[in-house]
Amino acid sequence: MSIEVRIPTILRPYTSGEKLVTAQGITLAEVINDLEINYPGIGERLLDENGLRRFINIYVNDEDVRFLDGLQSVIGENDSITILPAVAGG
Amino acid sequence: MLVGMLEIQRSLVDAIVAHARADHPDEACGVIAGPAGSDQPERFIPMVNAVRCPTLYEFDSKDLLRLYREMDDRDEIPVVIYHSHPATQAYPSITDITQASEPDAHYVLVSIRETGPLEGPFEFRSFRIVDGEVTEEEISIRD
Repeated sequence: MSIEVRIPTILRPYTSGEKLVTAQGITLAEVINDLEINYPGIGERLLDENGLRRFINIYVNDEDVRFLDGLQSVIGENDSITILPAVAGG
Repeated sequence: MLVGMLEIQRSLVDAIVAHARADHPDEACGVIAGPAGSDQPERFIPMVNAVRCPTLYEFDSKDLLRLYREMDDRDEIPVVIYHSHPATQAYPSITDITQASEPDAHYVLVSIRETGPLEGPFEFRSFRIVDGEVTEEEISIRD
């Protein structure tokens, strides 16, 4: 099962500039694992020792995964994933 | 010496400053989108500061998704990402530097520390922030 994943500008160096990639997985954690296999280094930009990085937003369709089941969110065949870094500062 | 350059219409500068004053004492934030590849800021998009704070800003996560989808549909990029410093200088804070996530954007900072919500002098500066490195750039304002 292939899931479409939208990659933000700042992470496109990992995907050879690709904006839209596909990945496999039944949960978000598995999808991120699969991304890391194909685009080494990207996983560390998304996760830290506590899970999803505070200033990275990941959406399944229109929903922020923080309002779903986080990394355990289940991804369906027709779902699409969007990764967006927070726009934030001080 | 300043290397880069931000060209921006005066009406957009005025809109950013007005937003900063309106949201005082909290930080105001937003984007000016422009056609992909153009480096021309055109469409003013004030955003809600989801943390409503005098020293921090963050776009609401749902608003962020909507904003990026809309820009994608219109073939736009965030040419300018702006925010205000209500009480400090118009220079990126450590947080601004570590959070900066759009290497191609002009990060505009406006300080209204002198007059707060009232009319009066303000500081308006533009920076590139790439991999933790801050580079100030010239601003050319067109009428």
